[in-house]
Amino acid sequence: MKILVAIKQVPERDAQIHIASTGRLAGRWIDEDDLAYSINEPDAYALEEALQLKERLQQGEVIVLCAGPERVLSTLREALAKGADRAIHVAVEADDLAARDTLGVATLLADAIRAESPDLILTGLQSEDLGLGQTGVVLAELLSIPHVTIILQVEKTGTGLRVKRELEDGWFQHVDLPLPALLTIQSGGNKLRYATLMGIKKAKTKETKTVSAAPAAAPSIALDRVYLPEKQKKTQMLTGTSAEVAAQLVEKLKFEVRVI
Amino acid sequence: MTTVPSQEKSYGDLQGETVLVFLEQRAGSWNRMSFEALAAGQQLAATLGTTCSAAVLGTGPSLSTLAVELAAKQLERVYAVDHALLEPYTADGYVHALQQLIEHAAPAFVLLPHTYQVRDFAPALATRLRQVLISDVIAIHVGVGEGSGPVFVRQLLQGKLNADYRPTSDSGPAFISIQAGSYRADAVLSGAAGTTTIIEPFSPQLTPSQLRSQPGEPFRQSAQTVDLSAAPVIVSVGRGIGEQENIPLVEELAKALGAELAASRPICDNGWLPMERQVGSSGQTVSPKLYLAVGISGAIQHLVGMKGSKSVIAINKDENAPIFEVADYGVVGDMFEIVPELTKAILAAKS
Ligand SMILES: Cc1cc2nc3c(=O)[nH]c(=O)nc-3n(C[C@H](O)[C@H](O)[C@H](O)COP(=O)(O)OP(=O)(O)OC[C@H]3O[C@@H](n4cnc5c(N)ncnc54)[C@H](O)[C@@H]3O)c2cc1C
Ligand SMILES: Nc1ncnc2c1ncn2[C@@H]1O[C@H](COP(=O)(O)O)[C@@H](O)[C@H]1O
Repeated sequence: MKILVAIKQVPERDAQIHIASTGRLAGRWIDEDDLAYSINEPDAYALEEALQLKERLQQGEVIVLCAGPERVLSTLREALAKGADRAIHVAVEADDLAARDTLGVATLLADAIRAESPDLILTGLQSEDLGLGQTGVVLAELLSIPHVTIILQVEKTGTGLRVKRELEDGWFQHVDLPLPALLTIQSGGNKLRYATLMGIKKAKTKETKTVSAAPAAAPSIALDRVYLPEKQKKTQMLTGTSAEVAAQLVEKLKFEVRVI
Repeated sequence: MTTVPSQEKSYGDLQGETVLVFLEQRAGSWNRMSFEALAAGQQLAATLGTTCSAAVLGTGPSLSTLAVELAAKQLERVYAVDHALLEPYTADGYVHALQQLIEHAAPAFVLLPHTYQVRDFAPALATRLRQVLISDVIAIHVGVGEGSGPVFVRQLLQGKLNADYRPTSDSGPAFISIQAGSYRADAVLSGAAGTTTIIEPFSPQLTPSQLRSQPGEPFRQSAQTVDLSAAPVIVSVGRGIGEQENIPLVEELAKALGAELAASRPICDNGWLPMERQVGSSGQTVSPKLYLAVGISGAIQHLVGMKGSKSVIAINKDENAPIFEVADYGVVGDMFEIVPELTKAILAAKS
């Protein structure tokens, strides 16, 4: 089975964010200089699912795909080190990518995928920076293949796949679907592996193909501005040394919240 | 997403263009977020000086019952979209049916609740109509800036930033999904006495071969042995704990307070605490007297599970963490310094 995993590189969760003040996206995106990046967390689980599926089937290929500027090569390399067989990099400058809407980004990915015709495409269910939760589903629609979202487990059956889909409030369901198909993967279905030294060495010999991005079409939605959310709630902030804060908290617990 | 002024809709153009709200049901019961989306739709329609209609999909008598219930709300029309293949839910069934309904009803705005089901079909529906869904919207502003249409606010970077989005396409309706808790379900207006909402049955064309996936019955993983929903005091831990070895730190705090220990999703994903202690949209919903959140950022999927708490205390090293938005008392600082002091102080106060 040929499995393609779309992985996105996003700012690290603890990164200090500043709104861009210069450039094409001033006031409309964040300052990307000096930011540290890593793989989008659900995408790491998507890669893990793909690698385990290939190992279980004892055959097939795992291809990782990422659209972004040169810096995303580090995320692709890490995926190769974890065991992906090859990588495709859709080269697109950060401000060009940010100027495309969901349909625009999914079109970029679809263009790169068509030449591969994979049996299975995995994406993360949601990116940590844009948080659209859509790119996978839009991609499936563009490729005219069925999709199921928020998936925790994938099993090959005689006719296609059986997947375990998360529902709200602790419920799940199984869904059967034919191949080719696209699944959006939720975090937590597997334990993530680390790249081994051996894997890192091997990754250097693996192929990374760079493809260029078609120019952006006119978007259907526009991002006008980004800004810090306004605080709506009056939170009482307690300050001082740890001991002082602890003493104040105990006061609150005793006399306001009344739990001790 | 660049600005395309030539395609901008002006406020005046929008008058008379209608709002359609999709309400989600399963097995004859509403998803409670549906009415939050309905409140948003009614409010948007009122500000635009236009009408609001609603659509519900399903089949048979249970659909009729839901449609009648909806018709009591202040709505122009209720579309009861009826087909045997719409039960159970499939993305393909819903996309086909709603595409036909939208072509028939020609709304300018389609609002949906940002549920798991909507995440599953709405991006494909919008794509089929060559539109882009603006997902997980927390607020709608109308008439800000000269001659501009509504602006839809959504969060970026897990709530660290807000962003204003605007539809720029004239070729079809704008699709908007509404984040849980952004609008109040009890703000939905009922129809005025003497007015009637038309219930319009709508039968989409659907064939079994169009449904490519086969859903199974919903199930629960295992019998739940921990019922956090009844706990009066909860200490909840997030990724700020760093590693599994540090969990005893919060266990001791919970013990000192006589509290149940709960966690954010990544803690349970990593297996550091069992799944049944997870709070949030894919875990348990809790409403204790006290929810003490330690090292939790406050992502919306976590907040929906604990917003009903009587009081919330948050300890987080990042002063901009969204968890402080829902906290009564906040401490900005390192949990590894504060938590042991707090445990000590509680034990001392109790003895
Ligand atoms: C469909 C879907 C369903 C989901 N369901 C759920 C759900 O049910 N429940 C849930 O919780 N999440 C859920 N999530 C995940 C959610 O989006 C967040 O990723 C998750 O809640 C983040 O957990 P966290 O706050 O522990 O981690 P992070 O977001 O990584 O936050 C860690 C926090 O710890 C703070 N911190 C770090 N070190 C320290 C220190 N030394 N002292 C003090 N503070 C520190 C940081 O400042 C940060 O704010 C879901 C996501 C999706 C897409
Ligand atoms: N630039 C990109 N390159 C590769 N994959 C992407 C890119 N953007 C989004 N994706 C995929 O789409 C998923 C959902 O992203 P989003 O719709 O932004 O929430 C991510 O988890 C990735 O798997």
